Amino acid sequence: MIAQPAPKRDVLARRDSIVAGLRALLPETGVIAEALRLKPYETDGLSAYRQVPLAVVLPETTEQVAAVMAFCHREGVRVVPRGAGTSLSGGALPMEDSVVVGLMRMNRILDIDYADRCAVVQAGVTNIGITQAVQGRGFFYAPDPSSQLACMIGGNVNMNSGGAHCLRYGVTANNLLGLKVVTVEGEVLEIGGAHMDAAGYDWLGLLTGSEGQLVVVTEVTVRILRGPEGARAMLAAFDSNEIAGACVDSIIASGIIPVALEFMDRPAIHACEAFAHAGYPLDAEAMLIIEVEGSVAEQDDLLEKISQICRKFDPISLKISQSAEESLAIWKGRKGAFGAVGRISPDYLCMDGTIPTSRLPEVLRRIGEMSMSYNLQVANIFHAGDGNLHPLIMFDANDPASFEKAEHFGADILRLCVEVGGCLTGEHGVGVEKRDLMGVQFSETELEQMRRVKSAFDPGWLLNPSKVFPLKADAA
Amino acid sequence: MQTNFTLAQLADPDTAASNQVLRTCVHCGFCTATCPTFVLLGDELDSPRGRIYLIKDMLESGRPATEEVVRHVDRCLSCLSCMTTCPSGVNYMHLVDHARVRIEQTYRRPWHERGLRALLATVLPRPGLMRAALIGARLARPLAAFIPGRSMPAQRLRALLALAPAHVPSPSAIEGARVHAAIGPRRGRVALLAGCAQQVLDPAINEATIRLLTRLGVEVVVARGAGCCGALTHHMGRHDPAMASARANIEAWCREADGEGLDAVIINASGCGTTVKDYGFMFRTDPLRAQAERVSGLAADITEYLARIGYAPTRAAPGLTVAYHSACSLQHGQQVTAQPKALLRQAGFTVVEPAEGHLCCGSAGTYNMMQPEIAGRLRARKLANLEATRPDVVAAGNIGCLTQLAGGALPVVHSVQLLDWMAGGPAPAALAGVSHD
Ligand code: SF4
Ligand code: SF4
Repeated sequence: MIAQPAPKRDVLARRDSIVAGLRALLPETGVIAEALRLKPYETDGLSAYRQVPLAVVLPETTEQVAAVMAFCHREGVRVVPRGAGTSLSGGALPMEDSVVVGLMRMNRILDIDYADRCAVVQAGVTNIGITQAVQGRGFFYAPDPSSQLACMIGGNVNMNSGGAHCLRYGVTANNLLGLKVVTVEGEVLEIGGAHMDAAGYDWLGLLTGSEGQLVVVTEVTVRILRGPEGARAMLAAFDSNEIAGACVDSIIASGIIPVALEFMDRPAIHACEAFAHAGYPLDAEAMLIIEVEGSVAEQDDLLEKISQICRKFDPISLKISQSAEESLAIWKGRKGAFGAVGRISPDYLCMDGTIPTSRLPEVLRRIGEMSMSYNLQVANIFHAGDGNLHPLIMFDANDPASFEKAEHFGADILRLCVEVGGCLTGEHGVGVEKRDLMGVQFSETELEQMRRVKSAFDPGWLLNPSKVFPLKADAA
Repeated sequence: MQTNFTLAQLADPDTAASNQVLRTCVHCGFCTATCPTFVLLGDELDSPRGRIYLIKDMLESGRPATEEVVRHVDRCLSCLSCMTTCPSGVNYMHLVDHARVRIEQTYRRPWHERGLRALLATVLPRPGLMRAALIGARLARPLAAFIPGRSMPAQRLRALLALAPAHVPSPSAIEGARVHAAIGPRRGRVALLAGCAQQVLDPAINEATIRLLTRLGVEVVVARGAGCCGALTHHMGRHDPAMASARANIEAWCREADGEGLDAVIINASGCGTTVKDYGFMFRTDPLRAQAERVSGLAADITEYLARIGYAPTRAAPGLTVAYHSACSLQHGQQVTAQPKALLRQAGFTVVEPAEGHLCCGSAGTYNMMQPEIAGRLRARKLANLEATRPDVVAAGNIGCLTQLAGGALPVVHSVQLLDWMAGGPAPAALAGVSHD
C-alpha cells in the first residue's frame, strides 16, 4: 500500500456531522457514506493502490460543487476530485479523511459554436462525447487519450492528457480555451473563454495539468477542429524492438510528421489482436501504426515516403489499411491496448515516461534487459512519435513480492527516462504513482517553488494533497 | 485485479470461476462509458466496474448479500454492453449470474418483491398461465390510473399493467410440438425453440419463422418436451428452475439430434439465444455437460442460420426504410450484428441505425417490470433515437424489445416477419397502416 498523509483525527471523529452537512447540500442520491457502497470508490485505474474515503459526493451543478467546497473548507476537510476514475497514476486515489467529489453527473454539453469552432461542456462529459456531439457537422475534438471512450474532459484538463494524435494536434493544453473552476474556498471563477489570449497571467496554462491540486474544474471550453479530408493507417512489422525504434527515429528525423506514430511489441500485438481482430502481424516482434491524413493523393504520397523509410529497416511486412472499417479496427486494438493486456496478465503497472526519440533503440534495449533481471514480463505500447513510453510491467497482485518487484522495475524505467534526457510523465500525470520519484527530476528548490504555487491556491493543502509531491514535506 | 479468496472458498467451482473473471478485470473503467445505468445515473456503483467491485466484496467476505449490493446488482440490465466494450475479455455475464444466485440464496427481499418475483417466475415461462394473466391484466389496465404513490410496489404494478397488450392474440393454429415439413426438396432440418412468453405475446413471429424456413426447404421441428429456455428464472438467480428448464430442452433436442438429426437449434428471441448458447457453461459441472455443450454449439439465431443457408426475396422491394434496433442479447450477448442488417438489405429494405445503438431499450427480460423508472427512461431515449432516423418501421430480433418499444409512434416488428414477407409471406399486421410500393 502506498503511504498516505496522516488522516486528520478530528475530521474522522466528526464523520457523522460532516456527512449530515453534505446531505443538506445535495439531492438524496448525491451523497454516499455507507461503508459497503464506498468501497468501489477506493481506487481508480491504478487498482494496486486503494483507500476508502470518508464520503463520496456526486454534484450535478457548479453551484453544488461550490457549496460542497465551501463546506469542506469551513470544516477543514480534504477533497479529492474524481472524473471517470480511469487515471493510471492514481490521480483519484482517496484519503481516509477525504470527501471524493465525483463529477460524473455533470455530463452535459452546454454549447457548441461552429462558427467560432468551440464547445462548452461540463467536466463529466467523456472525451469522445465531445467528438460525438460535433462529428455530424464534420468536426472533432483532437486530443485522444486511449481511454477516450470513458475518461472525462475535467480529468483530461487536470492531467493535461495527450493521445495518439497529439503528435499532430498537441495535448489538452493546446486545445483548451477556457475553464469554469471552483476554488478551495468555494468561489466560482471563469478563466479564458471562446477567444485565444486573455490579458494577465496565463491562468489556463497554470491550471492545466495541475492534477486537481489547485481548483476543481466544472466546465471546459474546448477548441473543436474540422475533420481532415481523409486519413489512413498503415502497419509496419519488424524483427526486433530496437529495429522498430530506429525506424521511428528515422521517420521523425526525415521531417515527415504523421498524425500518429504508435509502437507495440509482441505481447501487446497478441493481446490487442485477440480483442480487436484488426489483422495485426502476429509473427512480428514489434509493430508500428502510422497514420497520415489529407486528400487521397496526399495520403498516397506520404505513405509512399514512409514506406521507403521503413523498407530500409527490413520490415517483415508493410500493410496499408484498405477501408475505414480496417482503420477503425486498427485503432480499436491500439486504444484498448492497456485493458487487452489484462488477457495475458492479471495486473500491470503502466509507466508513462518520455524520452528523446533518438534514444528509443537504446532505451528499449535496456528495458528488455531489466525485464530479464527482474524476471517480470513487459508489454511495450506507446506513442513513439513523441517519445512517450508506456511500458506495461506485468505482475500478479495476489503475490505481494511480485508487486514490490514491479514497483522497483517501474522506478528504474523512469530513472532511465530522466537519465537519457527525458521526463517522468508524458500524459498520465504524476499522481500518487510517481510522486516519490519527483526528486529524481526536480531539485528541492524547484519542488519548493511548485509547493508555493499550490499554497497560494490552497493554503490549507486541502485539495488532493497526497499527490505530486514526495510525501515527507507535503504537510508544509 | 487482486482478489482475496481463501483456498477453501476457491474449492467451490462457482467461486473459482468468478475469481478467474475478477482476475481478468484490470479496473480500467472503459466499460463504464457504455453502461446504460451509468450513463443515466452517473454513479460508479451503477456501472459494471462498480458492480464487479461490489460482487467481489460480497463473494470474498462470504457474508450474506446486503441491501446495498442487491440494489445495484438489481439495477443491472444484463444487457452485456460492458462485455462488448471490455478490452480484457471479462465475462461479466458469468459473474453477475453467480452473484444473482448468491443473492437469491442469502438475501431476504421485502414481501411485495418476493411476491412479484415468484409470480413472474411462475407465469412467464408457462404459455397457458401467461395468456390467462395477460387477459386479466388487460381487463385491469384501466385501474392503473388509480394506483397511487411513487413507492416501488406502486410503480411496478402500474408498469405491469401498462405492459399488457391492448389485444391478447389467440393461440396460433401451429402452437405445440410437431414437425413442419420442408416445402420442396429438404435442404436441412432444425429444431425451433418455440419459446414461452413470445408465443403468447406475438404468435406471428413463430409462424413467420416456420413459414420462411419451410419455404427455404428446411424441416422445422418443435420438439416434444422442450419449452422455456430458462433465461427468465436464470436472470432472477433462481438456479434450480432455470436448470430444470434447460435440462428439459437439452434432452429434447439431443433426442432429435440423435434421431433424425439437427443442423441447428433455431432461436428467434435473442434473449433466449444468449442463454441457450451458455448451456455448456451452466452445466459445466453436471453429468449433462457434453450434451449441453452440443446444444450450445447447435444454437443459432434465426438470422445467423438464414445467412448461412442463403436468403433471397421473391417480392419487389417495398420502398420502406427499416430502423434496425439491435437487441442487446443479439449484439452484446451473441455478438451477432452484421447478419440481421445484411438480410434486411438483401430483402430490399433501406436499413438505418439509431444513434446510441449500443444502449439497451430497457426491456431486459423482467427488468421493465422490476425497475420501471430506469426502464422507462431508457425506452424514451431509445424511441427518440429511433424516431430521429425517420423510418417507416422498427425491426428487432427479440420479443422483449418489441413489447418494450410498441405503443410509440412507429410500428414495431420482428426482423423475421419482414424477411418472410419479402419471401412470399403475408405483410406483418403491424404494417397495416404503412403505405408501401
Ligand atoms: S472494461 Fe473490462 S477490464 Fe476494464 S474495468 Fe470494465 S470489466 Fe474491468
Ligand atoms: S450488463 Fe449492462 S447494465 Fe449491467 S453492468 Fe453491464 S452494461 Fe451495465
